Amino acid sequence: MLLKELSEASGVSGGESEVRRLIKEAVEPYVDELKTDMLGNLIAFKSGSKKAPRLMLSAHMDEVGLIVAGFEESGLIRFSKVGGIDDRVLVSKTVLIGEKKIPGVIGAKAIHLQKPEERKKSLKVEELYIDIGAKSKEEAKKEVKLGDYVSYNTRYQEIGVNYAKGKAFDNRVGCALLIEALKKEYTFPLYGVFTVQEEVGMRGAAVAAYRIRPDLALVIEGTTAADVIELKEESYVTTLGKGPALTFMDTSVICDKKIIETLVELAEKENIPIQFRRFTGANTDAGKISLSREGVRSVVISVPCRYIHNPVNILSLEDVKNTLKLIELFLDKLPEGGKKQAYAND
Amino acid sequence: MLMIDIIKKLTEAYGPSGREEGIRDTIKKMIESYADEIIVDTLGNLIVRKKGPGKKIMLAAHMDEVGLIVTFIDENGFLRFSNVGGVSPHLLLGERVIFQNGAVGTIGCEKLESMKDLKFSKLYLDIGVSKEEEAREKVNIGDVAVYYRNCETLGSRILGKSLDDRIGCSVLVQTLMELNEPANDVYFVFTVQEEVGVRGARTAAYRLKPHYGLAVDVTRTGDTPESETMAVSLGKGPAIKIKDTLIISHPAVKKIMKEAAEKEGIPYQLEVLERGGTDSGAIHLSREGVPSGVMSIPCRYIHTPSEMADLEDIKNGVKLLKGILNQPLS
Repeated sequence: MLLKELSEASGVSGGESEVRRLIKEAVEPYVDELKTDMLGNLIAFKSGSKKAPRLMLSAHMDEVGLIVAGFEESGLIRFSKVGGIDDRVLVSKTVLIGEKKIPGVIGAKAIHLQKPEERKKSLKVEELYIDIGAKSKEEAKKEVKLGDYVSYNTRYQEIGVNYAKGKAFDNRVGCALLIEALKKEYTFPLYGVFTVQEEVGMRGAAVAAYRIRPDLALVIEGTTAADVIELKEESYVTTLGKGPALTFMDTSVICDKKIIETLVELAEKENIPIQFRRFTGANTDAGKISLSREGVRSVVISVPCRYIHNPVNILSLEDVKNTLKLIELFLDKLPEGGKKQAYAND
Repeated sequence: MLMIDIIKKLTEAYGPSGREEGIRDTIKKMIESYADEIIVDTLGNLIVRKKGPGKKIMLAAHMDEVGLIVTFIDENGFLRFSNVGGVSPHLLLGERVIFQNGAVGTIGCEKLESMKDLKFSKLYLDIGVSKEEEAREKVNIGDVAVYYRNCETLGSRILGKSLDDRIGCSVLVQTLMELNEPANDVYFVFTVQEEVGVRGARTAAYRLKPHYGLAVDVTRTGDTPESETMAVSLGKGPAIKIKDTLIISHPAVKKIMKEAAEKEGIPYQLEVLERGGTDSGAIHLSREGVPSGVMSIPCRYIHTPSEMADLEDIKNGVKLLKGILNQPLS
């Protein structure tokens, strides 16, 4: 599985080319068609022998990050956020800027220089800057351009017993799983879609679904695991190690109940642990896909990730394995020959 | 069937956003013999056609109601939940709710230091069991509960849950029953998932490509003590929407509505809703754009277990709608 390479690649919303390149190479031998659409979605197609149902299996390639917004005379670089980032996690992190991956550090005043009241406050994005070791504006501009994307600089590492730490597990874990799913053969037409710009408003998925006109959609995601000390169990959202998480509802979608029931049945039969997301907030590509054209039955399967959108996330490789199992089971069982019989409302 | 009986039946039916099967079946049974064509689409919208020679008109009333979705079951069988659509935690204390399978529960609250701390995270549902396994026999995570209330008549006033928008559904049902050979090709669409983001109307409008769109929904009033200003009152007739958060009504549609009301001598009000929107918000932006508007039925205490509307407004709504549909449109 390509999780390490995908996690370490840079791909902030709108700048997904490095991730797309990696995926393209990985899936090319297994698919009948491969194209990049107008917005940059990578659409892989496996035709299958039957005409239906048309399944859209999708995962977004982009990650949250930063974008270069200006230069100080001193050579320090100002930036803005792309996607949902907690300002407080940024100080002192190392980052990589642009396609040349210029290394930098997010700087702030050292503790000796801070006034007592400053020490009590967390720093806002406007007070932070990136230091690339340039002496002047001119020198900085030689290496970095306005609008360059900035991503966290985090190495992937396996830790503990079957856990991994790294950046951008939301949603490189989904991409890694989708690549694996595309390696097998199916009878129905399968569109594997690696979408762009999910973190800034599920934009890629909207146009990809419009193009594909799927009968149903399964979105693979990395979702929040909040099984941490200050919260009570009912607020965990998801828990690491308890298997893939199914979504009933989030801000953007109410998932198709019948498909969820099918997934639950399959998991129970094959003894795959599953959990339900105990939170109805946040958005996913399923929101846009489900409302495409005349509507698309959609579900979301997520791998729980701690510290999501932060420079380092942690996930359970056991969960990743079980998520793949569940996806493959679903694809194997996807009834052939008709959306009508299997997915009609009445 | 009397109008009031339709209203009672529809408001007492179960059907939160995403779980509209029950209310859809109820409506389908009522209108089956009056329809030329019936489709249930991918998301679950019930689309009912009454053929006519003129323009294609899409009417939309949403079937879904607000509700509570179960997110967690603890070892003692208490359920935690989140809202489906706009529900305020303050309304829920002591409230009784019911699930699709008939399981009933009440809402309790953790110890609070102050009423300001009253949030969904402090509330739980008690379905009368004492163990997780017992709870799971009745209810599962992902199940959705709705207010458990009967529909009452207080003189000409109607009091009940989900008047938003079962009143709109009732107006559509009654209109369809009374409509003989309309001048236009009319699609009565009973939509899903309005309360969570006008979703059903969007996919239905895409499918139908209508010439005109008209949503029928409730709107709030400004006629109660110390109310926020709003120039709509109960009993003064259906309202013709000028604008809300999601739509500025199309001038052609407003004109059609006003002319129909004046021709038939139906009292009407004009409505500007500062916060909120309805299905026409999605319909008018479908494809290349659809001239659209809204006929609103005034309603107090929207999204509470006890919403109130006036039967005369509702009946006048049916008259106005018939007037519109019977007009040859250009």
